Amino acid sequence: MPGISRKAALAVAASASLALLATACTGQSGSGPSDDPNAETTLTFWHGWSAPAEVKAVQANVDRFEKAHPNIKVKVVGNINDDKLNQALRAGGSSGPDVVSSFTTSNIGKFCSSGAFLDLKPFVEKSKLDLDALIPKPMLEYTQFEGTRCALPLLGDAYGLYYNKDAFEAAGIKAPPKTWSEFARVAKKLTKTRGDGYEQLGFMPNYHGYETVVDHYMSQWDHAYFGEDGKSSVAEDPAFAEMFTYQKKLVDDLGGFEKLEKYRNTFGDEWGAKHPFQTGQVAMQLDGEWRLGMAKDAGVGFEIGTAPMPVADDEADEYGKGFLSGTVMGIAPQSKKQNAAWELVKYMTTDTEAVVAFANAIRNVPSTFPALKSPDLKTDPAFKTFLDIAQHPESNSPPASVNGATYQLTLQDFGYQYESGKVKDLKAGLEKTAAQIDRDIEQAK
Amino acid sequence: MTTSTSANTLRAKRRSSALRTVAFMSPWLVGFGVFFAYPLVSTVYFSLMKYDGFGVPEFRGLENWAYVLQDYPLFWPALRNTLWLVLVMVTCRVAFGLGVGLLITRIRTGAGVFRTLFYLPYLAPPVAATLAFVFLLNPGTGPVNSVLEGLGVPAPGWFTDAAWSKPALTALAVWGVGDLMVIFMAALLDVPREQYEAAELDGASAWQRFRFVTLPNISPIVLFAVVTGVIQTMQYYTQPLVAGKVASGIIGGSGQSFEPGYPDKSTLTLPQLVYNLGFQRFDYGSACVVALVLFALAMAFTALLMRRRGGLIQAGDR
Repeated sequence: MPGISRKAALAVAASASLALLATACTGQSGSGPSDDPNAETTLTFWHGWSAPAEVKAVQANVDRFEKAHPNIKVKVVGNINDDKLNQALRAGGSSGPDVVSSFTTSNIGKFCSSGAFLDLKPFVEKSKLDLDALIPKPMLEYTQFEGTRCALPLLGDAYGLYYNKDAFEAAGIKAPPKTWSEFARVAKKLTKTRGDGYEQLGFMPNYHGYETVVDHYMSQWDHAYFGEDGKSSVAEDPAFAEMFTYQKKLVDDLGGFEKLEKYRNTFGDEWGAKHPFQTGQVAMQLDGEWRLGMAKDAGVGFEIGTAPMPVADDEADEYGKGFLSGTVMGIAPQSKKQNAAWELVKYMTTDTEAVVAFANAIRNVPSTFPALKSPDLKTDPAFKTFLDIAQHPESNSPPASVNGATYQLTLQDFGYQYESGKVKDLKAGLEKTAAQIDRDIEQAK
Repeated sequence: MTTSTSANTLRAKRRSSALRTVAFMSPWLVGFGVFFAYPLVSTVYFSLMKYDGFGVPEFRGLENWAYVLQDYPLFWPALRNTLWLVLVMVTCRVAFGLGVGLLITRIRTGAGVFRTLFYLPYLAPPVAATLAFVFLLNPGTGPVNSVLEGLGVPAPGWFTDAAWSKPALTALAVWGVGDLMVIFMAALLDVPREQYEAAELDGASAWQRFRFVTLPNISPIVLFAVVTGVIQTMQYYTQPLVAGKVASGIIGGSGQSFEPGYPDKSTLTLPQLVYNLGFQRFDYGSACVVALVLFALAMAFTALLMRRRGGLIQAGDR
């Protein structure tokens, strides 16, 4: 090699190797889908359901799809959480999934902005789907990020209030509370102490009380997590301070943080038969529509009532709303069968018969208007509460963010500090939290 | 001419010898390159990049370092916890392993039974062992607190109390000390009997026999236990994560997000941050920064221990 010293050649080779190794880890952007959706093919579908009845319901739905699309076979893989899903989508490879789903609605910002889920806009347009007419607005919102529609909702979860009708009757309470001040009175009335614990707690207000997390509480106040400039508004929007103040007072009024935490530690698993609402340890519970089926399966010895969660006293006209989330479904960008994959996504998320059958099977809220109104939808007065919450115009989900649920976790962490009394200055705490949220988002961009 | 030829022959022999050496070392060289040098170089590289697993990494300079060291609220609590565990947990494990080893080597009857009893917990899978501990130490329903309350002793919150969660994890680690017990037993049985006999003839007390006979003889094993203990504790991940998750009540459900460290970040360790940043937030750059801090700490602790080994290893073993 005339003109180049051996050391220089070695340095060049080493640099080239390093660059190759580094770039070998990076993803490749693909071209548009070119597969024939009518060709014989096999898709791989990853989902997160794991309970036998749920897995059976997914398979039944897929069976219906295969019957309607005889050329497409679907290999179903269950019990996939977001960690596994994210890593598989980044790793790529021929054994990865074609169609994916996730329970973590709050991760949609990451899915869409990173390209982990394929942009579905071309498919939606090609299929001439009018999503606004088909899918409730909050569900449309939590399946897109900054204009990129990378997912569609596959059933939804609506959150409301469960209450023990027998306990209500024994306490002389005629109806579920509609405002937060009524709720505080009812919770206290239902609480019966025993020694330094409780015989029955009206409501477990602590943020670790399973579903009583900050964003579920916040859904019952008119609020905005971010301002128009995209900066966190948790310190400026008075709704946040109101919520934190209310929750802290409720904690103190029901016995104080330490006493409630000690009682909370006697609770059974959230997903098991010993859930505190099912055992009668708490008389009211904020929970998703799935609790109804789980409580019935656990054979509870009291009558269950359901209602929307209360709203702020000065927002009584919005009573009926609730927190919404759900499963999101999309296509892996590395899939070589994207047109066939779209057929499965379209079928499972928009075909009324498929959505209704799946909702009936796993007792979730349907995610399309036709399915919500379908006469085939099995419903009863208790479940109808959640169908109504899902369709309420003020029902909401936290907005998607480029770093997923990180901002909610930061706010939640502040909630733990405030409810336990470790942080006393609410205003300063919220300002610090807002600054942290902005810094985390800046880092993720 | 003859001198030149023999010099060439010598050079050729040396080259051939060097090539043979490299050939013999090549399996190690490949392993070192693939499993150590390349990951280390790429970790440094990615610590300077913005990269989420998709697209092309973007150069960020020291921004990830500034974020982790200045603005990431979980870094310093995790570092403090990791250092606490390195100092307290490793010390307790080594002291307890040595104590049990000493006890069992002195038992005349039933030593086998005790050996088995003390070794068995080490075989328990970490997740199962942690779940069992969280259940046993549950402040509301656990039998340990029931007994303590029955005795009139104030019952701690264990895994639900930030002040007690690390001591509870230490108790879990000490419970599974079977590995160290076996190593120390082997070392203790290797101490020459005549040294004890000579010390006894000189009128040495039990403590003096331990201090001047046992300890110098087993000091290389103590050093080994401490160094491997420090490295293992730097990688401590499963037990604090499982304990925090189970005790918090958030074990994962429909879309629930969980940030490790319950209660109040007290069970957060640096490896959890690497996973959290790298594989949940997909901020590989920041995850690499934490990994490098972890690497530097492990190297510093090991170097410190090796430099101080004079106090642990007797002259003949250096």
